[in-house]
Order: sequence, then C-alpha cells, then structure tokens
Amino acid sequence: MTKLDSRIPEGPIAEKWTKHKNNINVVNPANKRLIDVIVVGTGLAGGSASASLAEMGYNVKAFCFQDSPRRAHSIAAQGGINAAKNYQNDGDSIYRLFYDTVKGGDYRSREANVYRLAEVSANIIDQCVAQGVPFARDYGGLLDNRSFGGVLVSRTFYAKGQTGQQLLLGAYSAMSRQIGKGKIKMYNRHEMLDVVKVDGKARGIIARNLVTGEIERHSAHAVVICSGGYGNVFYLSTNAMGSNVTASWKIHKKGAYFANPCYTQIHPTCIPRSGDHQSKLTLMSESLRNDGRIWVPRKIEDVEAIRSGKLKPTQLNEEDRDYYLERRYPAFGNLVPRDVASRAAKERCDEGFGVNKTGEAVYLDFASAFMRYGKEKAMVEGIEDASQEKIRELGEGVIEAKYGNLFQMYEKIINENPYKTPMMIYPAVHYTMGGVWVDYNLMTSIPGCYALGEANFSDHGANRLGASALMQGLADGYFVLPYTIGDQLADDIRTGPISTDLPEFAEAEKSVKEGLNKLVDNKGTHSVDYFHKRLGKVMWDKVGMSRNVKGLKEAIAEIQKIRSEFWSDVMVPGGVNEMNSELEKAGRVADFLELGELFAKDALERNESCGGHFREESKTEEGEALRNDKDFAYVSAWEYTGEPKDAILHKEELEFKDIELKQRSYK
Amino acid sequence: MSTSNGMTSIARKFFMALSGFFLIIFLLQHCTINMMSVFSSEMFNSVSHFMGTNPLVQFALQPVLAFGVFFHLGMGIYLEMQNNNARSIKYAMNKPSENASWMSRNMIITGIMVMLFLGLHFYDFWLPELNIKFIQGDMTGLNDAGNFRYYEELQHKFHDPIRTGLYVLAFVFLSLHLLHGFQSAFQSVGFRSNRWSPVIQKLGNSYAIAVPLGFIVIAVYHYINA
Amino acid sequence: MDLTLKIWRQKNKDDKGALKSYDIKGVSPDSSFLEMMDLLNNNLIEKGENPVAFDHDCREGICGSCSMYINGEAHGPDRLVTTCQLHMRKFKDGETIHIEPWRAKAFPVIKDLVVDRSAFDRVMSAGGFVSVNTSGNTQDANATPIAKAAADKAFDAATCIGCGACVATCKNASAMLFVSAKVSQLALLPQGQVEAQRRAIHMVEQMDHEGFGNCSNTGACEVECPKGISLENIARMNREFLSATITSES
Repeated sequence: MTKLDSRIPEGPIAEKWTKHKNNINVVNPANKRLIDVIVVGTGLAGGSASASLAEMGYNVKAFCFQDSPRRAHSIAAQGGINAAKNYQNDGDSIYRLFYDTVKGGDYRSREANVYRLAEVSANIIDQCVAQGVPFARDYGGLLDNRSFGGVLVSRTFYAKGQTGQQLLLGAYSAMSRQIGKGKIKMYNRHEMLDVVKVDGKARGIIARNLVTGEIERHSAHAVVICSGGYGNVFYLSTNAMGSNVTASWKIHKKGAYFANPCYTQIHPTCIPRSGDHQSKLTLMSESLRNDGRIWVPRKIEDVEAIRSGKLKPTQLNEEDRDYYLERRYPAFGNLVPRDVASRAAKERCDEGFGVNKTGEAVYLDFASAFMRYGKEKAMVEGIEDASQEKIRELGEGVIEAKYGNLFQMYEKIINENPYKTPMMIYPAVHYTMGGVWVDYNLMTSIPGCYALGEANFSDHGANRLGASALMQGLADGYFVLPYTIGDQLADDIRTGPISTDLPEFAEAEKSVKEGLNKLVDNKGTHSVDYFHKRLGKVMWDKVGMSRNVKGLKEAIAEIQKIRSEFWSDVMVPGGVNEMNSELEKAGRVADFLELGELFAKDALERNESCGGHFREESKTEEGEALRNDKDFAYVSAWEYTGEPKDAILHKEELEFKDIELKQRSYK
Repeated sequence: MSTSNGMTSIARKFFMALSGFFLIIFLLQHCTINMMSVFSSEMFNSVSHFMGTNPLVQFALQPVLAFGVFFHLGMGIYLEMQNNNARSIKYAMNKPSENASWMSRNMIITGIMVMLFLGLHFYDFWLPELNIKFIQGDMTGLNDAGNFRYYEELQHKFHDPIRTGLYVLAFVFLSLHLLHGFQSAFQSVGFRSNRWSPVIQKLGNSYAIAVPLGFIVIAVYHYINA
Repeated sequence: MDLTLKIWRQKNKDDKGALKSYDIKGVSPDSSFLEMMDLLNNNLIEKGENPVAFDHDCREGICGSCSMYINGEAHGPDRLVTTCQLHMRKFKDGETIHIEPWRAKAFPVIKDLVVDRSAFDRVMSAGGFVSVNTSGNTQDANATPIAKAAADKAFDAATCIGCGACVATCKNASAMLFVSAKVSQLALLPQGQVEAQRRAIHMVEQMDHEGFGNCSNTGACEVECPKGISLENIARMNREFLSATITSES
C-alpha cells in the first residue's frame, strides 16, 4: 500500500493555511487570461468556484445537467450555515467550530482541512451579505443566529427555512455577473460523461448536450468536480432526482481515489414513505426535535390497532407509549445526534412497532410542547384559569409561529393535520460524507483535477453536523480553491490552449459513445427505475443504518447480480441523438451499481462503528456505537482497477495533534 | 424612458397609466357638468356654453384630450398585439378565471366598446358642434328661439330608446374598464403601499361605479323626461 | 384512481406537436403528481414507447424545475405549491387531466413538457447581482445594520424559484413578477442600492428583448406563484425603473 500524500503544510494548526497561501505558486493576472478551467456542477461549491475563478481572470466553462445553474440541489438546504463569528458573545471561536466539527465527525476527518474550514467560515458570511443574501436579522438590524444539534453555541446564520436557496442564489448571481461579462461560458443541460487525461493531467471532459444528444469535447487546463453527493444510490433519499455520482465516478475510474464511500448520513426527521409509488423522501428540519417527543406504542396490539385504523394515537395513555429516546438516552433525550436518533427509530420499527401501514414510521408528538408553550402564553397574556383547550390552542399558535411552514408541508404530503394528531417521521438518506479523495489543495489523485463540496470527502469525517454542508461548499469554492488552484496552474502559463483534436479526446469520446449506444441498443425488458429500486432496497436493507459482515457480503453479491442483469436486461427507449431522460438515468444508475458495491466493500472493511457507519460487530454492551481508533483512524481511499471488487485500498492515517480522541456518549 | 430598443414595456405602461389618469379626470369633469342637466337646465346651458366657446378649453384642452384618447387607444391596441404575440400557441385548456378578474383580462374588449361608443357620441354631439361653431361660424350657442340650445339638444338625443340603450350599455363597459383601470394605473406608475393601496382600491371601485352610473342616470332621466 | 390524461407530445423544437390521450389505472391518491407521471412513463417504457419528457429535480418545491400547465393552471389547481408537491388526492377518480407545457414565445418547447427557460438566466446576467468580487476582505457582515422590515421584504422577494409559472399564467406571458422579485430584493438592501438604477434599466431591457409580453396588472401571476411573490414587487420595480430613467446619467 502506498502512502497518500495529503500535502498538509507543516507548522501549528492555526498557521497552516496562512503559511500555505504565502508559499504556494500564484498565476499573474495577465496569464490567468490564458488559462481555461472547467467546473462541473453549479451548486454552492461549483457556483462559488466558477464565479471566483472568473473574477480572478480565468476563463471558466461551467456545466450543469439542470436547465439553469440556479437549480442545483444545494437550493434545498433548509436550516442554516455555521460560521465562527461569535456575534452572540457566547464564546464561539475558530477553535470551537473546528473542535465541534471534528468531534461531530467522530474523529474521522482531517484536522488541517477542518481548521481551515472554521477559519474561513466568517468570511463566507461577510461575502454573502455583500452579495445581497437576505439573512435573518433582529430588530436592531444585525444578523440573527440560531443553534443547531451537537453544539453548545449559537453560530448558525439562516434565512428562514430556505438558507440553501438564498446562498445558492447568491452564488448564482455572482456567476450571472461573470456570464454577462463573458468570463464564464455556461453549459446548461450538459452532463459530463468522462474526464480526459493528457500526459497524466486532467485536460478536459466529454459532455453530452442533453437537448440534442450531441457528444462534445471541452478542453481546459484544470477540471473541477463539484457534482455533489451520491445518496441516490439508495434510490430513495432526500437528494434531488437528478443527483448522481457520475462525474465523481468517472474521474475515479480514470485514477482519482474514492474515499470513505460508506460514510452516509441518515437523517432522522423525514416524512415517511407512503407506498411503492414514492420517488423521493422529504426532509423536515432537525429543529423540530427541539419541541417534539418521539415515541411508538409500548404494546404490539396497540400498533396493530393503529395500523388498521381502529385506534388513534391520541387515544393512547401515557403509560402505553414508549418514548424510547428519553428511555435510552436520558441525558440528551430527543436531542441525540442524527445517527443515534436514526438507529433508535430503526430498532423500534424492526421490532415491529412502526406506526404506519409500511411499518416504517414513529411519532413525533408536539402535544406536550403545545401545553408547555400554551401555559407560558396564558401567563404572558394574563389569562387566569385558562381551560385545557384554550391552553392547547395558545400553544398551537406558538408552534405555528416557529414551524408553520414545516407543518404545512407535512399536511400537504401526508394529508393529516399535525396540530391534531402526532406527526410521523422516519429516517432517510440525506448526505454522503464520503467522496473523492483530495489533498489539502482539494486536488484529487489526478493532477489538475479537483473535487469540492459534498463531492469530496475531506471535512465531515464519519458524520456531518447540521449547517456545515453549506459552509463547506462555499468555503471550498470562494476561499480555498481560488488560492490552491494557482499552485498547479502556474506551470501552465505557457501551455497555450489545449486542442480537442488530441487522440486522448477522440478515444474518450469513442468510449462514451459506445457506452451510450450499448444502453440504447440493449432493448431489454425492464426500465432503469426497476434496477435502481432493487439496488436501493439492497443498500437500505444491508448497507443502511446498521451493517454486519453477513449482510455486507450478501449485498456485494446481490449488487453484482443486479449489475449484470442491468446490462443484459435494461430497456432504454428512444435514441442517443435526442433529449432522452431515460438514457441519462441509465448512465447514472450504471455508475451507482458500481459505486454501491465499493460502498459495501468499504463498509465491510471498516470493522468499527463511527458516526453514520454502524457495524453490529463493534458496539458496547448496551448496543451503542464503538469506535476503534487503534485500528481504524485512517481514511480509506480506494483505487479503481477495473471492477469494484478489485479496488485497492490506500490508507491515509489521521493524526490528531490538537484534539484528544474521545468516545461519544449521550447517556 | 426610451432606450436603444425604443420605448421599454414599463415606459409604455407608464404612459398608458398617465393617459388613463388624464381620462379619469376628464370623465369626472364631464359627468359633473352633465349631471347639472338633471338639476338645472340654465346652469347646464351656461357651463356648456363656457366650455364650448372658451378658447383655452377649445384650443388648448380639447386637442390634449383628443391626443389622450387616441394615445390611450392606440397604445392599448399596440400593447395588446405585442401581448398576443408573446404567446403564439395558446393553451388547449385554460382557466384564467381562477386567478384573475374578467375585467382585468378584457381591457381591450371593454376599451374598444367604449371607443366604438365614442364614435356614436362624436356623431351625436361633437360633429354637430363642430359644424355649427366652425363651419357655420355660429359661436352664439343660441337656437332659433334665442335660447341656449345645449339642453334642448341633449334631451332631443335621448328620445330614441335604442340610442339611450346603447349609451347605457356603453357606460356598463366603461364601468368594467374602470374597475380594473383605475387601480391598475396606480400600480403601473409604481404607487403601492400597504396603507394606501386598499384606499385606492376602494376609491377606484367607487369611482368606476359612481361615474358611469351618473351617466346612466342622466341618460335615463332625459329619456323619461323627453 | 383511474384517470385519463391528455398530454402535449412534441418530439423536438421543430415538431408541431399535439395532445395525446393516455389512460392510467391504479394511481394512489397519496402519490404526487410527478409520481403519477413516473407511473405513466414506466407503463410506456415497458410497452416500448417513448416516455413523456418533463423537467423535475428536487421534488420538494424549491428547485423550480417542474413546470406543467395542469387543467388550465400553472402547477395545477392547488395554491402555493409546485407540481411536485401537488398530490393526486386533489383530483377525482375518473377525471380527465390536461397537461401542457408552459406556453410563451420566450419559453420555446424543447420536447413534450420541457421548455427552454434560459431567457430568465439572460435577464439575470443583465443585472441581477451585486457587483462585488469574492474576497476575504469585504466589510464585516454586521457593519451595515439593515432594518428587519426591509430584510424580511427582501427575503420574501428572494424566495422566487424561477419556475416561470408567472409567465405561463399571465395572459400576456409577461415576466414582470420574476424580474421585479430580483430588482426588489436588491433594491431593498443597502448592498444592492449602489447600482439599483443601472440594474433596473438593464434587466427590464433584457426582459423586453427576450419577447415577454407587457404587464397589464391582472394579478394572475401572484395567485399562481408557488412562493406567493407579491405584486408589490412589480410596483417597486416600476418605481425603480421610472426614477432610474428620469435621473440616470446615461
């Protein structure tokens, strides 16, 4: 096994980034005009990177598969963005944000990267405000903050429940400005289908124009992948329908190592599945757990009565309810971290206590919050001897002011009034911490090829804290890559334009075309979704919230089988030279079918429980996750060699010089 | 307001609103004077004579009014053509009444109906007036009997039940046009506030009903009394 | 539920296109409108026919991709939702549902129900931004206090998802609600004030250039907007634009 060079600068952690910026190569402004950069994906990472690089003078070609850069899935992030501003004077600092992030990631992230993230976090807020992002403010006109799970300070900036949207529109407007100036050439409705390497360096991509079906060659001096996460390998997730691993997977196949694929975040508060027709899951902000109590019935006969509609949950007596989080984790109760809450819900449902017809739902009950807030409100309004009904009504008003939009969304989807009957929730795949391996410069193991945002692996370890994804995407794009990319591009000032007539381009184009033709010519019997759903089921059942050797081995075998069936039996209607959404899906699912296997293989190899990765073989006597720092304090970076099963593991040892490793406990 | 591409859409709408405001004020004035005919024929006669012979009214305000009317009409038709052109293929199934009032969607129809009526109205009053005053050169405003002729002419026109009916119908269209047009003009010039917009809305609705109703009352009154 | 769907089918931008009728059985009332479309497409694929192309992505009402004119209304009969959040329980068993693409000269049909909304992107490039470069040295975010009322109004305008329902709904295919939302958002914030005049003029010119119709204040856009963007924004843009053209130096 080779040792990976993460190129972390020497020196004390607080000085690494400054020192590094001082020492790396810089391209002079006149020469930047001679250099082209391709950015794939226009979410927070890609949008901010495109805009910043274009402002600096590089010629940027940006690609997105959606019809506009503004539609990238960063837009759906609800809660907020963290920054160590310490506006609330509650003792926040760069170090504290750094510490919380490393601890929240269960000590599986790279210290130097996380410190840098915390360091630039404050600049992000300044930058976004300057762009006109309308963050929430208090009556004094200053920025407001809220608190999020797993931390002890208020450092989350937000714009109601639409923070991701506002930040993305900020980045998109910065891009729009550069598009108007001609510094960014925008390719909407284009999908990258391969990276082109010339002399070992990333020098371009092959992209398909999704409107005409035309296969296009695009050259550049560097390629930046900002294509997001791969949660859709589970079929059902909170990701957008189009979210995919294709760009990351294609560079992986050309030499970029793929790190920690098994680290997946399963979010505990999603709206449960209602049936087999379901195409995606909807997240409800984690903040609901501040006021809701989670429970299932204590007796199995009550569960059955509820499922058959004979019993309403509100009719159940307190002693017949099992508030299992409060029972198991008295210290943190309903506010345990996401991974713990998710596993506990699964445990109850696996035991048969799920409360909807699919058996996969638990209650999130606001009844006691209604009464608590109602009493408070009655006091404030000076209502004496208020009736129970009046108190509840007042309490419902308070909750509506806090979470009204979420309650409304729930009602639209489930068609039940959550003010009158408890909400149903169930965990769902939400974010993937794993991704393309990158060094401190965010460069992958292909020189000249970079990965930013959720597409890389670097900052969240085995579990991501709330409101940190937006922070990372923008940090990478606005404040990290624009500096670090110069280190590589300084060598390219005399290279001149890269010709797309090079044989490497022709070869890549040929193989892309062959792959597409193969899918279209297959004329099998089942739609792409049929295979995707099967893959998703295997992933969810055996590589989901709780994993064991037997299940993982089975999963690997089953995924291989589904993959071979896919290639022999998939039906992709329509042709190659036209808009063909089934063909797009087929290509993406083909990549998921390979990634899924590597995912399971990685989970099998990591015989410890950490963050979102729970191995049944590695737990305490009480059944809690048990990390193994002696054997597994490393990043698993997988090298592609032809088949996922033959992938070679490279280990990047993680050193914790500034933080002491501790076992998490929420009892 | 004009740019390299000619006048922008917002500028056009602005002038549409300005001419609208002007016509709203004119209508109020017109209605007020006509209303005098219901109460006092002398007063009506003298005011009519003043308006008909005052050089400022005749040679300064009247051309402005004519320009305002034709601009409002011409621009309205031009905008409608542009708007039609902005959606060349129509929906096979459309339910516009779900989200907008009939009045707001049919300004061109109510507007053209009012303009057609204006043709009749000019034929009835304006053309004879021009004939008498400027072709025959009779600026006295007196009939053969030596009295002011205005009231008499007015009553004479409303002998005919069909004409009276047409007038009433036209005022209904005018009302529909104003029900949207009044508040729309404020929106077009950018005037909107939480405090004042509801007031404008109410004022607009009152105006759009009261003024045409006034005209109707006048027409019917003279029909009955003729 | 069993339904009859009349869907606009058009091979590509040059094809003439026509409404085509499909019967679909066994639709769950709990499924979303797009999941019903998924079911239809799955049936078509398994029969070897071409599925209906439609734009969609996040399926939680925020990306603005989905864009169907359902039974004569943008995003269907429900209010304050996008098509992806519209549920089949809003329809009756046995109902016939018309599904058409957004219709506007500025939004040409690409295929079936997919339209080209890049005109919106071009309007944005004409001025929908604050001209500030990325730098770690912009002034501190709290250096300029902004009144909460203005910040909240700016936010409300900024929630526009750019779906184009306003254009699709407007009898004139006017884009005023979309453009005014951005002009308003930035005009309400001190950061955007500096170039507010220039922005209003350039964005309006580009909007006209794209071939959108004129606003006639019918208010239909506000009713059909899935995010409830207010007509107040249009008035504000009119104001901004008019004062800009009067006082602008160029």
